[in-house]
Amino acid sequence: MDFDLSDTQKALYSSVRRFFETEAPPSRLLKIYDRDEGLDRDLWRKSADLGLAGLIVPEEHGGAGLELLDLAVVTDAMGYCAAPGPLLGHALVGMALSLGGSEEQKARWLPRLASGEVVASLAISEHGERWQPDQWTAVATAGRLTASKKNVLFAADADLFLVGLAGGGLALVEQGAPGLTVREVDGIDRTRRLGALGFVDTPCELLPEGLAVAERIRDAALVLLAADAYGGAHRSVELMTNYANERVQFGRTIGHFQGVKHQIADAAAEVEPARQLVWYAAYTFDHRPDEAPRLAALAKAHLTDRYVNTTRTMVLLHGGIGYTWEFHCQFWLKRAMFDRTFLGSPSVHRERAAAMADWQIN
Amino acid sequence: MDIEQLDPTPEDYAFRDEVRRFYDQNLTDEHRRAALLTTWALAEFEYGRSWQKILYARGWGAPNWPVEYGGAGWSPKQRLIWEMESQRARPPEIMRMGKNLVAPCIMTFGTDEQKAYFLPRIISGEDWWAQGYSEPGAGSDLASLQLQATSDGDDYILNGSKIWTTFAQFANRIFCLVRTAKMQKKQEGITFLLIDMDSPGIELRPIYTIAGEHEFNQVFFTDVRVPKSRRLGEENAGWSVARHLLLYEHSAGLLRMVTELRWRVRWLNELVGLEADGYGGSLRDDPDFSRRLSLLEIAVEAADFAAAQLIADAKPGAPPDATGELLNIRNRETAQALTELGAEAVGYYGAPDQRGARKVVTDVPVVGPPHVLLPMPFYLAQRANTIAGGTPEIHRNNVAKHLLGL
Ligand SMILES: Cc1cc2nc3c(=O)[nH]c(=O)nc-3n(C[C@H](O)[C@H](O)[C@H](O)COP(=O)(O)OP(=O)(O)OC[C@H]3O[C@@H](n4cnc5c(N)ncnc54)[C@H](O)[C@@H]3O)c2cc1C
Repeated sequence: MDFDLSDTQKALYSSVRRFFETEAPPSRLLKIYDRDEGLDRDLWRKSADLGLAGLIVPEEHGGAGLELLDLAVVTDAMGYCAAPGPLLGHALVGMALSLGGSEEQKARWLPRLASGEVVASLAISEHGERWQPDQWTAVATAGRLTASKKNVLFAADADLFLVGLAGGGLALVEQGAPGLTVREVDGIDRTRRLGALGFVDTPCELLPEGLAVAERIRDAALVLLAADAYGGAHRSVELMTNYANERVQFGRTIGHFQGVKHQIADAAAEVEPARQLVWYAAYTFDHRPDEAPRLAALAKAHLTDRYVNTTRTMVLLHGGIGYTWEFHCQFWLKRAMFDRTFLGSPSVHRERAAAMADWQIN
Repeated sequence: MDIEQLDPTPEDYAFRDEVRRFYDQNLTDEHRRAALLTTWALAEFEYGRSWQKILYARGWGAPNWPVEYGGAGWSPKQRLIWEMESQRARPPEIMRMGKNLVAPCIMTFGTDEQKAYFLPRIISGEDWWAQGYSEPGAGSDLASLQLQATSDGDDYILNGSKIWTTFAQFANRIFCLVRTAKMQKKQEGITFLLIDMDSPGIELRPIYTIAGEHEFNQVFFTDVRVPKSRRLGEENAGWSVARHLLLYEHSAGLLRMVTELRWRVRWLNELVGLEADGYGGSLRDDPDFSRRLSLLEIAVEAADFAAAQLIADAKPGAPPDATGELLNIRNRETAQALTELGAEAVGYYGAPDQRGARKVVTDVPVVGPPHVLLPMPFYLAQRANTIAGGTPEIHRNNVAKHLLGL
């Protein structure tokens, strides 16, 4: 029995982390926060060259053919760096096409998704906190879609959208399609730009596979959010530890004070033991699919809650500087809020997990 | 609290009506909106300033000051009624570092000239004070402050900087703790100065908060001359003035804080009725959420009675009871917990950055329904509640040492 990562996965983690530490250090993140520039194409191209855009796209379509666990490892590293970019939605669209697309759709889109030439995004969220496939209401009739979707990552920059439909159907819409309007929204987490989409009689193309794929995509997304949250929370613990070892008050570093020490130890105790839950949830996705939905829900609920708490402690332990725009704490504080909100709150997923365990609630 | 809980007399009711009428007649829509949009401690400066002028014109510029300086001479019951009516009306929170912090110190330590010069300007809303305590290297450990004041004839010459100075961009005066001597104990050798912001050699650098607001600043002093007549208390005895002030800082805003908390509970309760649960229902149907809100409401109710007792016991001009510090710890944590619930309640509507829509006068529309505008900014801004005015660790150290004798 081994719940740890393989050596290859560890190497993948290190190289992705090094990449984003170099290409998107806090100074770069601050520029993005100051001046929202939309998608950083240069960074996207470089990360695609590294193979990230096609990590889980099957090899016959130009990808690396890896598993969700590998993508989760990458996402962990990106969470650690609060890395900007559209990979989350992009990878999930690729997965949906691989799992549920027609041969023609796969051949047309997957190679270009894998190379990063086409940027894809997921359009599922609807008004009224509707995130889950059984909550979607958009209807496509005769290849035409009239609907609106919210919280679409990099909506203005994406070339291809995968839209969630009532009953769990999935449809492709291309950027620039007739009747499609994009409204960008300035977000608090500027590393993941958001926008809203409006469709009026917009041509769309259904994926042959529906609900089952939609639920798989949702579960994969939950795992990835959990992995991002783990990476960010882990980083937050590191940041507060480093600061506590540097900042001097009362003639000693603040890490000497038990009031500080215990809070950091608590944060570590909240975060670190949750790591295997993420790996295991990712692993079941490809290897024990019966367990996967519940573990995905647990991981998302647990890790994103931990992440929010940890970033709060981090800000507090930094004192005044932690409360400023110019200092880096805010990147993780806000990313944590994003991870917790995106795809539904922890309590939604705790309730789902309880229901899937057949626990009687009420 | 409610007036009925005070065994009111007909005079009390009459007073209540008088206060209520005053609010009804004087609080403009803009004042109300400024109060509504306040996510951290102070309303947009302009609205606080104009409100102070209105209070002053009515003779209520600083009701809790001693009568000789312009206080209203109210009984404890009247003070409570005033607070209750203020809670009901929600005026904008004024920049209170003058009225609530430096003024009591001037009354206690000031010369007759200083009292005669500064106090009337504070109560009338002519002078606005910033608090220059913290420095880059001296936050929790305030006594290690370094801003150098060198004696030169009738003046001090100041060099160094203060940081996190709230609303210094609006202040025309700043009170500062400065170092006048290096002594064995770092608390000795500190002096308290009353400084004009337009003194040559003072420069401001704005600092933006995590919510993206320009609320505080770094204030740089380069060869700034301050006359010795602007010293409050003796040279090298500034620490006792500072401690006096901290007593007020830690406890003065107590009832106001509880007031605000009560308001937030009500606000959150409305919010859960408006927010969706994803299946067409509202968050109110979620028992988990209601239970968490209820826990916070209970904490606020308990704090309300405790704070009311403190107010009733307080003597005008006298420092508040030390148990205020206990309440303070609790209240700050409750305040934050409320914001956490609020941010959770609005879900994805927390994602947009709505700074533009959050001004008193603006034509930027809210992204989403009106009630989603504030929870996220409130969440972000309230992170300061366990930093500013001393961190919970420092308050706990104080309680353990001074109150419990640990
Ligand atoms: C919004 C805001 C407004 C402010 N406005 C003003 C203002 O107008 N004027 C002004 O002078 N200052 C102001 N401040 C500054 C504020 O008073 C300081 O931030 C505060 O005292 C903490 O100091 P620091 O930021 O240097 O943090 P530090 O003192 O460096 O603290 C960092 C961490 O170490 C912990 N710590 C430090 N010492 C101990 C110990 N002995 N035991 C246990 N834990 C310890 C702290 O609790 C904290 O968690 C403001 C701050 C904020 C956030």
